[in-house]
Amino acid sequence: MSTSIDFLLWVRGPGFDIALFIFVVGVLIRLLEVVILGRKPDYSEPRGAELGAGLLTLVTRTAPEGGSFKRSPFTVVGGYIWHIGFLVSLFLFVPHIELIDSVLGIRWPGIASNLVDAISAVTIVTLVAMLFSRLTHPVKRFLSGPEDYLTWLVTFLPMLTGYLAYHRMIDPYPLVLGLHILSVELLMVLFPFTKLMHAFTFIIARWYNGAMAGRRGVQS
Amino acid sequence: MADDRKKLSMTLGESLRQQGVSRRGFLKYCAATASMMALPPTMVPAIAQALEKAKRPSVIWLSFQECTGCTESLTRSHSPSVENLIFDHISLDYHHTLQVASGDAAEAAREAAMHENEGKYIVVVDGSIPLANPGYSAIAGISNLQMLEETVAGAAAVVAVGSCAAFGGLPHANPNPTGAVSVGEIIKDKPVVNVSGCPPIPTVITGVLAHFLTFGSLPELDALGRPMVFFGQSIHDRCYRRPFYDKGLFAETFDDEGARKGWCLFRLGCKGPMTYNACATAKWNQGTSWPVESGHGCLGCSEPDFWDAGGFYNALSIPDSDLTRKTGYVVGAGVALGAVAGALNRSTRAKAAAKHETVTIEDLDKKS
Ligand code: SF4
Ligand code: SF4
Repeated sequence: MSTSIDFLLWVRGPGFDIALFIFVVGVLIRLLEVVILGRKPDYSEPRGAELGAGLLTLVTRTAPEGGSFKRSPFTVVGGYIWHIGFLVSLFLFVPHIELIDSVLGIRWPGIASNLVDAISAVTIVTLVAMLFSRLTHPVKRFLSGPEDYLTWLVTFLPMLTGYLAYHRMIDPYPLVLGLHILSVELLMVLFPFTKLMHAFTFIIARWYNGAMAGRRGVQS
Repeated sequence: MADDRKKLSMTLGESLRQQGVSRRGFLKYCAATASMMALPPTMVPAIAQALEKAKRPSVIWLSFQECTGCTESLTRSHSPSVENLIFDHISLDYHHTLQVASGDAAEAAREAAMHENEGKYIVVVDGSIPLANPGYSAIAGISNLQMLEETVAGAAAVVAVGSCAAFGGLPHANPNPTGAVSVGEIIKDKPVVNVSGCPPIPTVITGVLAHFLTFGSLPELDALGRPMVFFGQSIHDRCYRRPFYDKGLFAETFDDEGARKGWCLFRLGCKGPMTYNACATAKWNQGTSWPVESGHGCLGCSEPDFWDAGGFYNALSIPDSDLTRKTGYVVGAGVALGAVAGALNRSTRAKAAAKHETVTIEDLDKKS
């Protein structure tokens, strides 16, 4: 008998194992191959410290930058909204914290489910608006390739299915919960092989920019 | 037996009057039946009319690979109750746990009931059917499969009572040593109603029988063959702890502050969100309480394969496997493969550096 429960059991069992394997192994390979490659030794005498400057750019490059905000306020504001909304729904929804605890053994307090609900609704709308702007703005459209649309889709699907599951909008519930988990598995599988990797590499890149400048004693 | 025969030809109205049930009592019974079948009170007159004329249907109850919990649940229905009334008014012709007759006499009763009520009787089944080897479960030398097929052949409808009969249940749990299957996997040519639950709520079992008795037809079913009236909504949708779920207030242990305040049991493994059953409204033990009200999460007992759906005390959002151990292995594998990839990159770079030929200005001059 093939039921929605069978489907849920598959995505929660073997499906999750496969996705977890590809995600963790893929991310580690991609990070380690960059880190191990290293950089040429710099024999010049350092004129400043790397650490402080590196940490500083981690913060400054994450904060909004005036120039680009003036040029394209929508992209900047929309980008912040959905990134923060996505992270809040991912890390502060109690059922997700339970999952993280079961994988990593660490936990933190969550926030009210209906607050997460409101934030996800805003995030979903923003993601749709961002896609719309990408499709209609001539420059953005010109700059976008298939990978951009693919990464948009695999980011959007977990939000959408999560929203549908929370509101139990598809019957029976095991089906919609299974679809939600499956969409996350899709995200996990594609993650290491697409620009989604920036969720990890941004730390290296931002730190390196500052550290390099710090060593040379210049402002970053 | 002869008395039974006479009762069988009587309508329910006649039989009730004979037992001294007043009109008022009868209407009360009809109202209870309506609420049991989750029908609006406006249906009471129609129910009264239908029941007045209803004949006592013959019921044959078959028990296969089961724990008798379903029968226990049914007989624990409080008394005097709607359930008892109904059971006074169906003719339970075969039930090897409850009947007095045994051995050949019991089987003879089953055959007689089948014969006399050809095409009209109801078969109730509890327990799953082993297909791996007929010898795993047999009654009076007849394998479960054979008895089921034989008995159902002349039935009007089949009611699979309990999660074992409805979905395979515990015997079907991984690795399913007996090759257990549900009734619905064998019976394809008769209507099968799944009254799942481990055990099912007594009023739900009797509600389905009451529906058949009243309307002569089976209630509307969901995708898993369960009556919509009882299984149409999830535990979570009807749970009185739901406001705490929405506010993000969860008990984290069975005796913490949250547990004492009656907060949501999701973190303690409650499977209410994925489970469709009537516990939150019908309740258990004569309407006293139900699992979540007593402080324990729902196990998901009315859903297929709930035994295989991970630990009862794991939150629904947690995948089923031993994740911490697996994550350890996967991280190990990732680090090893990453190191290999890094080493390959370094060697590519070293080779490129080695192959690099230095070009001087003289060389360029020469060439041009
Ligand atoms: S206790 Fe269970 S059924 Fe009730 S709200 Fe919490 S998760 Fe849902
Ligand atoms: S609360 Fe859940 S596990 Fe308990 S009897 Fe009801 S459906 Fe079954």
